[in-house]
Amino acid sequence: MEDTTTLQFVWFLLISILWIGYLILEGFDFGVGMLMKLIGGNKEEKRAILHTIGPVWDGNEVWLIVAGGATFAAFPEWYATLFSGFYIALFGILVALIVRNVGFEMWGKRDTDAWRNGWEWCIALGSLVPALLWGVAWANIIGGTPIEPVTTNGRESLEYVGNFFDLLSIYALVGGLASLAIFFAHGALFLELRTEGTVREKAQAVAVKATPVAAALGAVFMVWTLLRQDSLEVLSLIAAVVAIGAFAFAAIRAKARPGSAFAGTALGIAFYFIAQFIDLFPNAMTSSISSAYDMSLNLASSTNYTLTVMTVVAGLLVPVVLIYQAWTYWVFRHRLSAEGFGDVKSPIDLLDKNRKETADGGRDSGAGSEPTGS
Amino acid sequence: MTSLELARWQFGITTLYHFIFVPLTIGLAFFTAWYQTRWYRTKDEKWLRATRFWGKLMLISFALGVATGIVQEFQFGMNWSDYSRFVGDIFGAPLAMEGLAAFFVESTFLGLWIFGWGRLSEKVHLACMWAVSLSTALSAFFILAANSWMQHPVGYQLNEVTGKVELTSIWAVLTNSTALYAMTHTMLAALLTGGMVIAGISAWHLLRKNEIGVFKSSMSIALPTLAVAGLLTLVVGHFNGVLMSEQQPMKMAAADAVFKTEDGVGLSLFATGDFKGNPEKTNRNIQLPNLLSFIMTGKPESEVKGVNDLNAEYNEKYGPGEYAPIVWVAYWSWRVMLGCGFLLALFGVMGWWLNRKGKLADSRLFLKFALPAAALPFIAAAAGWIFTEMGRQPWVVFGLLKTENAVSPTVSSAEVWITLVGFTLLYGVLAVFAGKLFFKTAGKGPAEIEEGDEDKPYLGMAY
Ligand code: HDD
Ligand code: HEM
Ligand code: HEM
Repeated sequence: MEDTTTLQFVWFLLISILWIGYLILEGFDFGVGMLMKLIGGNKEEKRAILHTIGPVWDGNEVWLIVAGGATFAAFPEWYATLFSGFYIALFGILVALIVRNVGFEMWGKRDTDAWRNGWEWCIALGSLVPALLWGVAWANIIGGTPIEPVTTNGRESLEYVGNFFDLLSIYALVGGLASLAIFFAHGALFLELRTEGTVREKAQAVAVKATPVAAALGAVFMVWTLLRQDSLEVLSLIAAVVAIGAFAFAAIRAKARPGSAFAGTALGIAFYFIAQFIDLFPNAMTSSISSAYDMSLNLASSTNYTLTVMTVVAGLLVPVVLIYQAWTYWVFRHRLSAEGFGDVKSPIDLLDKNRKETADGGRDSGAGSEPTGS
Repeated sequence: MTSLELARWQFGITTLYHFIFVPLTIGLAFFTAWYQTRWYRTKDEKWLRATRFWGKLMLISFALGVATGIVQEFQFGMNWSDYSRFVGDIFGAPLAMEGLAAFFVESTFLGLWIFGWGRLSEKVHLACMWAVSLSTALSAFFILAANSWMQHPVGYQLNEVTGKVELTSIWAVLTNSTALYAMTHTMLAALLTGGMVIAGISAWHLLRKNEIGVFKSSMSIALPTLAVAGLLTLVVGHFNGVLMSEQQPMKMAAADAVFKTEDGVGLSLFATGDFKGNPEKTNRNIQLPNLLSFIMTGKPESEVKGVNDLNAEYNEKYGPGEYAPIVWVAYWSWRVMLGCGFLLALFGVMGWWLNRKGKLADSRLFLKFALPAAALPFIAAAAGWIFTEMGRQPWVVFGLLKTENAVSPTVSSAEVWITLVGFTLLYGVLAVFAGKLFFKTAGKGPAEIEEGDEDKPYLGMAY
């Protein structure tokens, strides 16, 4: 097996960053999506909750799309084996993302309880399913799945030969529950940070309870992951420790300092997945049949020329993307409250009020933590 | 059915569905940006109302385009894994660039535009809309470059050891003649779609004497654009066809059901028979003499290669097999697109003329036709894709990879059934909800703007 080249390493790094960016950003969208149904009492509260992610969720989701595209471009074999292998699971995720996206758009378009209730379920389940399944998927990628060489059209490739149920090992399910709990708590902290009034109180109550659970489940999965390694990788140990520490920090701060608690879960998510990526390296996928069938990054990779082209493009564009996405969070940094959503006209008044406060350098300072900066 | 056939149905259904919203989004985003520019320049309230009204419709289309686009992104890996392995080195690059260069801009600036009314300065807010409009076009370019590479592979070499294609020049892929033509043609199609939908809905309101100011103004921009884009489509489409005849002569032969190579071939308006590779059994009726030869090469007497002769040629070149697409599909999809194209151009020119003469609001006949005519660009675009994609069969990458060798080997037909039925049902349900919402919003007309509200934060676009 040949070694990973520098460019392959760069692309593994970049894809990791894209995934981590996606999971931090869409992570709180998922949490907020579930909480809208759970703690949103009346229509106004729900509307306030929805508005906290309204301007940003699509931009957050593009991190996933680009992660997918980048995997296709840089490691086609990985892209092909992963997505044809985890077929039904991916189908579940796609359906969930679709109903969730459409739910956002449809929810406020008709003023009946039945209409909103239906779309709230779409948003809640459409958030819950991917929050769970992404954790399951990553646990499987690093934990190993039935992969072996298959020859088609005269070419041999490493293919996933199991079925959907092979993905549901206890280890993978723990990974799924952990990611679900983490995103849920991350979303609750986000809401606590971005709202005021009744919504904020309820979000805070949830965050205080959910963050310790997330920290505990995350710790279980991290420890199990380390124990499964043939020989302990020091770097992934360090990352795991940082992740657990950050989640624990978030749990402590959840009540009094939502800003730093949210930074804690964001950091925790980053290192939680960094530990997994370190564990995976230098492979793209691992085989549970034989380590001889592990798909190395080198094997999965595109040619040097393609990687060079893509490196130039990414080097030029990624910093620009980070700048304008950070700017969006800055523009929409004011807190929202249900009181402001009394009837159709008052959001205008609410925003007007907020605008004046912003102009006065009002109380926005607490919302300064920028989740994009991962 | 085999998993190959199922995967093909799935790709056809999901992609054509995605492409209902794609040209509509691109078109409406462009016109919305234009209307907003008029508002910015003139501060005439009717333009603000037009911006918000058409912008709302654009958002519905956008939401569906985004929701269905994610499926597209992962479908190559799910159902076409051998394709992905074979072309990944080349095909993945434009796809990733599309995300980095276009989707990020599109989604972020749309969020800013929707929620930024009154929060951003008017100038910045307008710039956000233009950023959205331009990035929709940019995303179209990258995906069309990817698709064009499948029609006409360039800038690659075949690696004998790995059996895969490798990129040798990204520049060649991005400036592929096929891509440049497809881009021009598709952008014009998007303008036709946006323009015709605006004309159709405006006409419906004008017939009811509803909001005449807003809708006449909307028309006054949409109709001239429609006329110009319609005429240009005829011209560009023609050169598209010339290029295609060079690059994929089989597609052209099938498109005209020409089975035997002949000189000075006419253009047939409709054909009957079984279309099964036998010139005697297919009647190419109402031929316009020598026109096909002339269209393809500029010379009325030139030779047109027939399906049977090309098939024999390809058998020698690529090994034994059937190299003709389904001829009746190519023949009719091509004619449907052309027919719609001519009608749209005609409609645009008439509308422009009526508008210039100031007779638009009184031409009830024209207005009555406008709403049903809004279906034409959608039909044309679907037909265009069916022609382009099915006309290329049996190849998925022309001359390099056959569709039958592209499908995922480890995905069972039961699994493809699940996703095929799942996506189709889900898309069907979405069509009902989105369709209702679109028509309801369109029927309601533009919202009032109250005194002094223009520069207050406005959340009518938001949730
Ligand atoms: C000619 C234009 C065109 C074509 C041929 C396609 N698309 Fe598309 N796509 C767009 C033009 C577009 C767009 C205008 O950029 C969309 C449509 C509506 C929208 O919101 O953005 C979009 C959305 C969209 C999204 C969501 C982006 C987001 O979240 O903002 C993805 C992932 C894709 N597309 C992927 C694909 C793939 C993999 C295709 C190939 C089969 C494809 N599209 C065909
Ligand atoms: C870059 C983008 C595209 C790729 C890689 C691609 C690739 C493919 C593949 C692999 C198939 C299956 C083979 C087949 O059934 O013929 C297919 C079929 C099809 N594609 Fe595309 N395509 C692309 C873009 C599009 C777009 C944008 C449309 C239009 C909306 C489209 C319309 C179709 C249709 C209608 C079929 C079904 C044809 C059939 O069943 O024979 N394609 N394409
Ligand atoms: C009468 C005028 C038209 C002509 C001569 C024409 C010609 C063509 C040709 C030759 C192709 C195939 C390109 C290839 O396979 O390489 C094509 C594809 C296509 N056409 Fe048309 N067309 C016309 C009108 C329209 C209209 C009005 C629309 C939609 C509003 C449209 C939408 C499309 C689309 C979406 C494709 C597939 C993308 C592409 O390959 O460019 N066409 N057209």
